[in-house]
Amino acid sequence: MTTMSETMNNGMNEHKPETGIRLTEQQKRARRARSIAIAVSLGVLVVLFYIVTLVKGPGVLVRPL
Amino acid sequence: MSFTLARVEPSVAGVGDYIELMKPRVMSLVVFTAFVGLLVAPGHVHPVIGFTALLCIAVGAGAAGALNMWYDADIDARMARTAARPIPAGRLAPGEALAFGLTLATGAVVVLGLLVNVFAAVLLAVTIAFYVVVYTMWLKRTTPQNIVIGGAAGALPPMIGWAAVTGGVAVEPFVLFLIIFFWTPPHFWALSLYRTDDYARAGIPMLPVVAGAQETRRQILLYTLVLAPLGAAPWLLGYASAFYGTVALATGAVMIALALRVRTEQRGHTASRQMFAFSILYLFLLFAMLLVDRMSGALFGQMVSHFAA
Repeated sequence: MTTMSETMNNGMNEHKPETGIRLTEQQKRARRARSIAIAVSLGVLVVLFYIVTLVKGPGVLVRPL
Repeated sequence: MSFTLARVEPSVAGVGDYIELMKPRVMSLVVFTAFVGLLVAPGHVHPVIGFTALLCIAVGAGAAGALNMWYDADIDARMARTAARPIPAGRLAPGEALAFGLTLATGAVVVLGLLVNVFAAVLLAVTIAFYVVVYTMWLKRTTPQNIVIGGAAGALPPMIGWAAVTGGVAVEPFVLFLIIFFWTPPHFWALSLYRTDDYARAGIPMLPVVAGAQETRRQILLYTLVLAPLGAAPWLLGYASAFYGTVALATGAVMIALALRVRTEQRGHTASRQMFAFSILYLFLLFAMLLVDRMSGALFGQMVSHFAA
């Protein structure tokens, strides 16, 4: 359900110039590359924890000092 | 009370800039020496656990490099050798480097503690803290002994590798620590001899800037005279073969010969450049020989047990 004020706001926004930060193509490319790198790093970490859990077996939480 | 918020431009930093922040060349030497420490340690470590330890040490070294570049951005900008680094070049904001370094340091220490052992994790935390706080923030800008004392941080990785296997330390990794510790001053002072102007412009009190070239050349020779026999110590102490001992003594003799040339060099910096380049090869050879020793020993042991069975 749309209220009257929302309808008015939407109508007003159509005529307002866009504000805020607009990323350049270079910034978008850099952000995408960073996002992929973070995703890969997290994936590696998940796989690492999984494999170490398999290797250590039930004693995974038993660590020598 | 009011706050003024500075406008933060969206980052243009690429993945390569973050990798550069981790000083990959330094990292490779750290990983290599830690790998040797891990392999020469007595006992067995599962390859996955060994890999995890090395990964954490590598990430920890990268974190220390990032934090170093964050703190030293002002002097990096004034030196030709470092002016193109991501922060002084404007590709990466200091805050990004700080956050990146702190995140990696915390992650590396926590993962090493969780998946390998707590002692190795504590040693890694000490190494990072020593490099960032003691060397970068304190010694580097205040004393010509900066790289002597700060060199301890670079010498610790073999001990972390050893600790990852045994959960403790012993004389053997301490000797490896001493080799890197005494190798660091001749290595960096040889470099600083032909970068004196750079260091002076940046206001870093490196030995040639503070005490002059002659004193630096003398100190290089003195440290090398201690380093050469120390390089052979693993053989003398009985945990490396005569082959290692021969290589260590021969390359140690070359180091002394180069240090003598540096000592007597009057014009130019040919000997200093040669000393700097050979010192890298020297350290690499010593640790590579320990690796060969260990590998061949394991192979020989397998052959003996195979034929005995």
